[in-house]
Amino acid sequence: MSFWVMFRLLTYREGKKMSKQQQHWEKTRMLLFVTLAIWFVFSIGIFFFGAEMEASSIRPLGYPLSYYMTCQGSLGIFVILIFWFANRQEKIDEEFGYTEREDD
Amino acid sequence: MFKGKFIDNLPKIYGTYTGGFLVFIILMAIAEQAGMSAKLIGIFFVAFTVLIYALIGYLSRTMQTDAYYVAGRQVPTVFNGMATAADWMSGASFVAMAGGIYFKGYGYMALLVGWTGGYVLVASLLAPYLRKFGCYTVPDFIGTRYGGNLARLSAVIVLTVASFTYVTAQINATGTIASVALDIPFNIAVYVGLASILMCSMLGGMRAVTWTQVAQYIVLIIAYLLPVFWISNKMGAGVFPHLMLADEVARIAELEAQFGLGEIKNSAADLKQVPKGLAGITKAHSEVNTTPWKFISLAICMMAGTASLPHVMMRYFTTPSVKAARRSVGWSLFFIFLLYSSAPMLATLSKLSLMDPNLATGIIGKSITEVQAIDWYQNWNQANLMFVSDFNGNGTLELNEFFMGGKAVVLATPEIAGLPYVISGLVAAGGMAAAMSTADGLVLAISNALSHDIYYKMINPKAETAKRLIVARVLLVLIGFAGATIAALEIQGILGSVIWAFDFAMSGLFFPLVLGVWWKRANAQGAVAGMLLGLISGTAYLIAVRNGYPGFWGVTQLTFGIIGSLVSLVAMVVVSLMTKAPDAATQRMVDDVRVPSGKTILGKQH
Repeated sequence: MSFWVMFRLLTYREGKKMSKQQQHWEKTRMLLFVTLAIWFVFSIGIFFFGAEMEASSIRPLGYPLSYYMTCQGSLGIFVILIFWFANRQEKIDEEFGYTEREDD
Repeated sequence: MFKGKFIDNLPKIYGTYTGGFLVFIILMAIAEQAGMSAKLIGIFFVAFTVLIYALIGYLSRTMQTDAYYVAGRQVPTVFNGMATAADWMSGASFVAMAGGIYFKGYGYMALLVGWTGGYVLVASLLAPYLRKFGCYTVPDFIGTRYGGNLARLSAVIVLTVASFTYVTAQINATGTIASVALDIPFNIAVYVGLASILMCSMLGGMRAVTWTQVAQYIVLIIAYLLPVFWISNKMGAGVFPHLMLADEVARIAELEAQFGLGEIKNSAADLKQVPKGLAGITKAHSEVNTTPWKFISLAICMMAGTASLPHVMMRYFTTPSVKAARRSVGWSLFFIFLLYSSAPMLATLSKLSLMDPNLATGIIGKSITEVQAIDWYQNWNQANLMFVSDFNGNGTLELNEFFMGGKAVVLATPEIAGLPYVISGLVAAGGMAAAMSTADGLVLAISNALSHDIYYKMINPKAETAKRLIVARVLLVLIGFAGATIAALEIQGILGSVIWAFDFAMSGLFFPLVLGVWWKRANAQGAVAGMLLGLISGTAYLIAVRNGYPGFWGVTQLTFGIIGSLVSLVAMVVVSLMTKAPDAATQRMVDDVRVPSGKTILGKQH
């Protein structure tokens, strides 16, 4: 998955002949890759280093880092990530005039 | 008092409801002081809340398909978040999770990460697109996107296997709580639980379930947070436990060393005396006690499972817009976060209450006869959730001589910490709310799939609305009874079957759903192969492992979804590429799904 993300990031180009809808989808896809990359780091990536986190001198609120991330850290980051993602996606939709009517 | 439409008055209505519930708690507390018996308080709490849910269910009755299947698509963002949180947090989250953390520590917390991280996948990969599609059920999406009854049927099969595994566990949990609170035998209590579940969903379908779930969320979150804050303050551990328990976590590690955790082991003969289902503390509280892959593989399964479980996905069909669906996922996770971030704190407080000899509540290091004389010990020992035995014969209770059931961490801690019984009654009501709300969502997911996708779309497309809704209700009752009958047999623990449900859903549905939106080339043949081969291979691996096959890649019976979903992905891609590309109309449909504005793919009433 992550290799594919890298590949897309490297090969991504602003298309000149793309239709409005294609451009919208390109941007939406980019946002997805960024969101999933952050998600990957905090749901999977850091837990490869459980023992290192435990030994770390970084101790949020005094808890061992490994303990903190499983109890609050990653969980809180996911909440913020979803709201951030929703905001960004709304901006993209707005840019291309795809915002829904409010009374829909 | 409430002028105008119901939807516009939601904050007022639920504000009044929350206030009323708090007044009820205070009244019960006064009644306790006046001498009302503990048993009666428990009965009042459970009966009163269940009656309120039933009343909401009755008031939300409907004879319209879009109200029955998707609550009329007018549930506001924040309220849908609360309903989803209640739908999501089951008896396992409420009753079993803190216990799991208490006994298994870090390794178990993979579930916390998995059950929250999955929502990022829901928000970014699926929910907004399925909302735009305008389907009533998850198989409705699969059936229309890929075309053909075979795809629809396969989706219904996967949905039923996963959701049914899950629902028996929830009915079991409602039965357990009802039997303890109302003091009736378990195999009768299961049907009492079922009756309450059906009262909430039968008359109003998704609309009724939505509004009862919001009410249930309010009860369960108060019931979870109040004791955590109270105990923490009473103990002097901190005003806001989540931010202030670092010293307590460190103190537990200190006590573990002092009491010789891990050095003193129980002999097999000693352990035979311990009642089944009870465990002692054998793992360190905060230490990293598992390999990275074990942790990560479990988290992956729970995350992909979250994004594939139909009872969660269908909650996002009820929002007024695509934008609202997206934001609603954020609110759902926020409301879930409130409980999940409190579970480790409850486990910490519970363990310290029992272990620390400096606290009045501590029992380790006291004499065995003294502990056996404590009121709460006798109560929970009778309920088969606590046990002590003097293995080494020194007359003192050692850490390895105290055993407890996982449920007791949530259910018994308020009593251990010396809180009034009214809190225990509140916790019972909260557990009931958690189990009922999830069971409702699951039973509805299955019966909607059978009535809409099998009966209406495949068997009798000409059926009138009234007939369709009667079929839906008959199926709802039948599935409820089937679930209760299996639950009464008590085959499996609550947590084990919940985890299996995630693996089943992930094996069969994850890639067919995701690729349906994100890969235009995916076609019906590929999707059918993906769903069926995924489900079959996952199930085969589970059966093999349960029968002694050692397995590979460290995949256990809790993570078999990894095998299932990989097979599903490969089968789906290979078969799709080997067969014809979807026609132009389907490709256009996918393009339409990717744009939030405009009409839904399926009509408002279909």
